[in-house]
Amino acid sequence: MHPLVMIALVAAVTLFGRALPTWTLSLATIAASNALISLGIVVLARTGNVSFGQGLFFAAGGYGVALIANAWGLTDAVAQVIVGAACGGLLGLVIGPLIARYSGIFFGMLTLALSMVFYGALVKTTALGGSDGFNVGRPSLFGMSFTDPREADFMLYAVSVIVTGFAGIAATILFRSEFGLASLAVRENNLRVEYLGLSANRIVSINFAIAAVFAGASGAFALMAQRHIDPQFAYWTTSGEFVFVAVLAGNQSVAAVFVASMALELVRSFSNLYLPNTWQLVLGIFLLGVILFLPRGIGSLWIRDRRKRRTAADVPLAAERGAAS
Amino acid sequence: MNRFRRANRAAILASVAASFALVAPAAAQETFKLGIVTFLSGPAADSFGVPARNGAQFVIDQLNKGAAPSPYEKVGFGGIKVEPVIIDENGGATKQVQELRNLYQRDNVDVVLGYIGSGDCLAVAPIAEELKKMLVLMDCGTPRIFEDAKYNYVFRTAAHATMDNVGLIRYMKAKNIKMTTLSAINQDYAWGQDSRADFVAAAEQLYPGVKLQTDLLPKFGAGQYGTEISALVGAGSDVVYSSLWGGDLQAFVLQSAPRGLPKRSQLVFSAADHVLPPLGDKMPDGTIIGARGAYGLMSQKSPLNDWLFKGYEAANGVYPVQASYRMTQAILGLKAAVEKAMAKNGGKKPSTDEMVAAMTGLEWQTPGGLIQMKLADGHQAIQPIAFSRTKYNPDLKRVDLVDIQYFAAECVNPPPGVKAIDWIKGGMQGAKCD
Amino acid sequence: MNFFLTIVLDGLIQASWLFVVALGLTLVFGVLKILNIAHGSFYALGAYIAATVVTMVAARSLPPSVGFVAMLLAVAMIASAVGWLLERGLLKMFYGRDEVVLLLVTYAVFLIMEDVTKLIWGVNPIYATQPYELFGNLEFAGLYYVGYDLVLIPISAAIGFAIWFGLNRTVIGKIVLAVIHNEEMSLSMGVRVNRVYAIAFAFGVLLAALAGALTAPKISMQPGLSSDVIILSFAIVVIGGLGSVEGAAVGALLVGLARAASVHLMPQAELFVIYLIMAVVLMFRPEGLFKRETARRI
Repeated sequence: MHPLVMIALVAAVTLFGRALPTWTLSLATIAASNALISLGIVVLARTGNVSFGQGLFFAAGGYGVALIANAWGLTDAVAQVIVGAACGGLLGLVIGPLIARYSGIFFGMLTLALSMVFYGALVKTTALGGSDGFNVGRPSLFGMSFTDPREADFMLYAVSVIVTGFAGIAATILFRSEFGLASLAVRENNLRVEYLGLSANRIVSINFAIAAVFAGASGAFALMAQRHIDPQFAYWTTSGEFVFVAVLAGNQSVAAVFVASMALELVRSFSNLYLPNTWQLVLGIFLLGVILFLPRGIGSLWIRDRRKRRTAADVPLAAERGAAS
Repeated sequence: MNRFRRANRAAILASVAASFALVAPAAAQETFKLGIVTFLSGPAADSFGVPARNGAQFVIDQLNKGAAPSPYEKVGFGGIKVEPVIIDENGGATKQVQELRNLYQRDNVDVVLGYIGSGDCLAVAPIAEELKKMLVLMDCGTPRIFEDAKYNYVFRTAAHATMDNVGLIRYMKAKNIKMTTLSAINQDYAWGQDSRADFVAAAEQLYPGVKLQTDLLPKFGAGQYGTEISALVGAGSDVVYSSLWGGDLQAFVLQSAPRGLPKRSQLVFSAADHVLPPLGDKMPDGTIIGARGAYGLMSQKSPLNDWLFKGYEAANGVYPVQASYRMTQAILGLKAAVEKAMAKNGGKKPSTDEMVAAMTGLEWQTPGGLIQMKLADGHQAIQPIAFSRTKYNPDLKRVDLVDIQYFAAECVNPPPGVKAIDWIKGGMQGAKCD
Repeated sequence: MNFFLTIVLDGLIQASWLFVVALGLTLVFGVLKILNIAHGSFYALGAYIAATVVTMVAARSLPPSVGFVAMLLAVAMIASAVGWLLERGLLKMFYGRDEVVLLLVTYAVFLIMEDVTKLIWGVNPIYATQPYELFGNLEFAGLYYVGYDLVLIPISAAIGFAIWFGLNRTVIGKIVLAVIHNEEMSLSMGVRVNRVYAIAFAFGVLLAALAGALTAPKISMQPGLSSDVIILSFAIVVIGGLGSVEGAAVGALLVGLARAASVHLMPQAELFVIYLIMAVVLMFRPEGLFKRETARRI
């Protein structure tokens, strides 16, 4: 898909929000913000590493924004997203190079451990509300404040869809770039990548930082939507849900991440009424099914299609893995 | 693959369509849709959430049948039947914020009533205020809700935790309990921290020079208190204070009794009535306990109390405890407010603003005594409270409560306009005790 | 001095059951190279089964000692069967895929187990305290201790020793070690690697469930039990080094003692201190205190 088409799509989805009922607006806001952090996991997963600790950057973005908002009265939604992304990104730049040399299970475990260290610190920091967390005020946009609940929800929806949409477009471009293909090569065999004169560590670190930026921005959205933050943001089961979305989506298609995230939020929204004690069971079985039958995620449902057509048209297969929509 | 693809799309379309179908407006026949949020699962379900839900079901059923005693004999709320939507409070504050939005915006409830966890109350109150929807908090304890913020659409129909701790100290003083040293164990979240602060401050007022020794704040739901008990027994204070509740309190009592803690120190628990039935003879005799009101075995006789106590016992097989009482007083208060608003507007179903105006500063009778919305500009209730000591009754195989003493609402609650902790530290000026 | 002894004793009590849980986790990792996120769920499973058995025995007014033995036997049988079936029926399908895929599979098992325990045992806390009074109380260093807590220390030490002895001094143990070091070579030497996998996984599940059963009389069983236990045992194996029995012992001791010391000396730091040790170890010895050198295949 051409980037311009994608921009048009983002605009269309944003305007579609006008027609949505209010409760779906806030649901879609959460789904878009979760899609953003899961997109980061997908970016990182292309180097073969799964982070079970994205909650760390999610919480760092959220707490960073919340503290700055409460201390200096920064309420602008766009500014908050930038602050959140910066908080996550800075932390990612520090941690990334330290853990880039690990792979597979060790990588997953280290990220999980780090996020739990952060969680433990937050729970014990009474100045930040301890395990109760604290509240922040309502966000504004370019100096406008929204007192009508519907307008406020739409504003947040629009900002989150646009930001996540552009992040998706950026990721698509990244996936097709030389760097994106090198990332895939790291997953296949990082030593051979090094033989080619590229630094596998550096590639992982950069992808890690990108994932951290996305996670931080996502934390800012979660904060704006809920107006409340607590250490649960950094708990490992929170990170686990983002990994769930990323696995469900697979690493072939950016659009799949959005579909998976929206599906999870819809299930969650109705779970409290209809499946209060079985919805994790459903998620677990679904996850097993996807791993078993759709190892490349739901994205492979439509990506594989296209590949077949391309093969028929005798298009070289070299770029197949980089294909993304 | 094409079939897969189509199936996939169809599934997405179906789910989107389903979600739209559910937003269809409420039934034409007018009801009062009441969202009720209480713990149906998790650590607080057994002790609080489920008794509260059972209380809500009993009261709403009685109201809809018009079977409640005077002055609540009108059917439902002023003739409009009440339709409850009960959801689970478990899952953390962040989840509750989303659930509250769903209740107001997706399920179109008129009022949301509930919340037991202090953390949940702190998180949801500002959301209701922004959505301009009425929210009645029924149980959570932290004084911070109305002391750190100002709300128009949010009410709390039960007294906050200050009463539990000031009353506890007053009871100890009245019963001549010796306390020169004190240890405390409380959970590390709003309820535990605030309870601890209030108790220690009140102790310093009525027991000048009391020394705080071991001061523990374990994680909520910790479950194993071996090390903590060693520290408490080692300190050997005159009094060990705790605001633990539910499964945590049960685990603490079970683990501490064999290790001699009740023999060394006088145990005082600010909210413990609900663990008496499950603990039975495991509860050490002579423990001083509160019930966060004049509730359950400590309730005072009245036609309203007989109605709840006997009716609830008949329906559920156990007597009502604190949470059932608090749910009842919240629903009755809302009923009183709705009917007051309807008397003013000519009998129509009142708008949110009309209900808010009627609820502000309201007073009403409940099975647990008179509730008065006196604090926080008429948004925060005060109520009377009782304390007692435990005594196991081997013949009936249950814990009896002896030495019951009642305290008037204005004896143990701060006056309007003063922060609870400042009131205690200032010597509890203006308290009206009998 | 007494004060110091109290800390050590409290720490040992904590460490004892943590060690058994961590042992299972580290064993499964050593043999199958699976980091089992569902490990905590098996701990919860053991605790719930134990509670059911103890309650059933108590309802027949048999002495608590019968309940204690019955719960251990029941848990041992059910847990090893569950472990065997999971490995043969589910995990096997994913061998040869990425390590990370197996991590996700165990995460799915964790999600499923969470709700399965809710469906079987409900969402309210349950208790099974009868065996807790079995060994009476002891006075020690001026404090009363519950005999049951103290008995846990030698029991877990014996379990640890049995595992160590079994691995290092028996033929079966040598075969397992051979598989740990090089499964392809073992396969070509005629070792039935598949069976070793199944046994090791069943054993790991058994250890987690046994730890759950041993702690069941002290605690209240309720949903959410598993997610905290898995994190604690993670911390222990991270500190000690994945796949190392000695490491699990040292990690459990460190975590138990650190927690006890902080409750006595600095209650504010409780919880956090465990994560802090984990962070420090990760920073300086990222593969744990007992690092196991592994050759990397290109």
